Amino acid sequence: MHNFITYYLGSGLLGSVVSSLLPFVWVMTYALVAIYLELKVSAHMQDRLGPMRTGRWHGWAQPLADVTKLMQKEDTIPAAADKALYVLAPVLVFVGSYAAYAAIPFSPAYIGSNINLGIFYIIAVSAIVVLGILMAGWASNNKWSLLGAMRTAAQLVSYEIPSSLAVLAVVMVVGSFNLNDVCAAQSGWFWNWFVFGKFPFLFITFIIYFTASLAETNRAPFDIPEAESELVAGYHTEYSGMRFAVFFLAEYANMFTVAAVASVLFFGGWNSPFGTFMSGPIWGVFWLISKGMALVFVQMWLRWTLPRFRVDQLMYLSWKILTPFALFNIFAVGLWMVLRG
Amino acid sequence: MNSVSRYFRNIWKGIWTILVGMKITMRHLFTPAVTIQYPDARMAIPERGRNRLYVNMDDCIGCNQCGMACPVDCITIDTAKSLPTEDLGVTSTGQKKRLWVTKFDIDFAKCCYCGLCVPPCPTECIYMTDVYEFSEYDRKNLVYNFTTLTPEEAEAKVAQAKEADREAAAKKAAAAAAQKAAQAQSQPVTQPAGSQPSAIQAQPSAPAQKSAPQPVTPPAAAKPETQAALVSQDPASKDDKPVNPNEIKTNPKDPTD
Repeated sequence: MHNFITYYLGSGLLGSVVSSLLPFVWVMTYALVAIYLELKVSAHMQDRLGPMRTGRWHGWAQPLADVTKLMQKEDTIPAAADKALYVLAPVLVFVGSYAAYAAIPFSPAYIGSNINLGIFYIIAVSAIVVLGILMAGWASNNKWSLLGAMRTAAQLVSYEIPSSLAVLAVVMVVGSFNLNDVCAAQSGWFWNWFVFGKFPFLFITFIIYFTASLAETNRAPFDIPEAESELVAGYHTEYSGMRFAVFFLAEYANMFTVAAVASVLFFGGWNSPFGTFMSGPIWGVFWLISKGMALVFVQMWLRWTLPRFRVDQLMYLSWKILTPFALFNIFAVGLWMVLRG
Repeated sequence: MNSVSRYFRNIWKGIWTILVGMKITMRHLFTPAVTIQYPDARMAIPERGRNRLYVNMDDCIGCNQCGMACPVDCITIDTAKSLPTEDLGVTSTGQKKRLWVTKFDIDFAKCCYCGLCVPPCPTECIYMTDVYEFSEYDRKNLVYNFTTLTPEEAEAKVAQAKEADREAAAKKAAAAAAQKAAQAQSQPVTQPAGSQPSAIQAQPSAPAQKSAPQPVTPPAAAKPETQAALVSQDPASKDDKPVNPNEIKTNPKDPTD
């Protein structure tokens, strides 16, 4: 894809710029859809209707109106804030979330960077988000922001361990960090997907990865960094207007990143569930996005089902349940491979 | 139960309860929402709901029972007596209307929607409707003017009633004067007959003598007065204050809507 764009535009630099902006187009459209979905899913799960006015038909234009409002809003910087860090933080958070898209294989023909260390790169680059959030919390010079940022740091660092160990189990089976190879290893019908592989160990791995990824995106039930009832809004309490919108966009981008990674690792990525039926480079995009969106829906579903964790429960879940189970799974998968290939 | 089995039981319970919760939220995702899209769809008002009042002026006899029942004094009624020659018609309950209702204002800014004005009405012409959307930007617009008379007509009716009153009073006064004159005339006739010779002599017994005709005269003298009092008790001039036609505001809104 990158080569094709470069060839078509006739310039390496321009080609790189265009192909690196392609996922951004997707992230923007996806964010609008996801905000609408979130409003509607949350409303209907509570027997409400959600937005019904904006844009006439079931409030479809509500996210557009929200974005317009956020862009018009005054951009305030607290007088006591550390201005440079305060301005830099949302950018850093979004960069961390967006950089992960470079290694996500949208289709066999389109992957931003077909590197050997794809999933490793995603895990590593996502860690920048922690830095950005800490920066935002500290620079705001606000006790709620700082508390939220510290909680985020504790949470993200804790949950990176089970999620990385869960990824490791899949990587052991495939023998490659490259996400395109991971997808290719699950080609064929849907029973070749890794959720059903080495049953039940990879299924448990999926549960561990999904739980940990919920925590990494700061979403309920792991939303203690921005717990409204305790911390106002956590690390982005002081942010308004476009800077707040960037945090919001980063959260939604992150949601799709973890959903896409989960669908690549466990649900065959760009593979069609029905063998060669509806498969190919274009269908690949469709399948990856629909699998990702299905998992995003599950994230929303869980958000409106479960109450928020306490901090000690959060740590208990990470260190006493997910991490031991992930380690045991690596051992079990390894044993399976040694004994049965 | 040792701690190891408790640990696994805890995990199992956690997973199981999450699945139960997800089942519940999924069920609610597909149950119809309870939201009523308000301006497009409205909830049915209960049969006996109390909202905006309406007065059917065709049946109103101007008795002011509703105004007296009102705990917040939001109903203002002024009436004027009709002339004997005027026929105001009959209410739907068969009562003859005798008074022009020159003013029937309800201030909905004051109204507390208690409904106490409804039961006293003898002709059931004041009642609660199901209208509840009548917000206004100006509080003055909440004074609803129910009378069917225009301000000019009302003024004319008040003037006419006053004129009629004055005429009646003048007539009564003339009649009383005539009666008095007649009495005064008859007394000199009777007195010379009985006590003319003993006029000076009878002076001490005058009170006893006077007491005899007095039971006759006071009713004669008091009659016009009591009638005047009855008139003044009439709702028309109950407050003893003249109806100022400028006070009658015509509501821009049709009160029947």
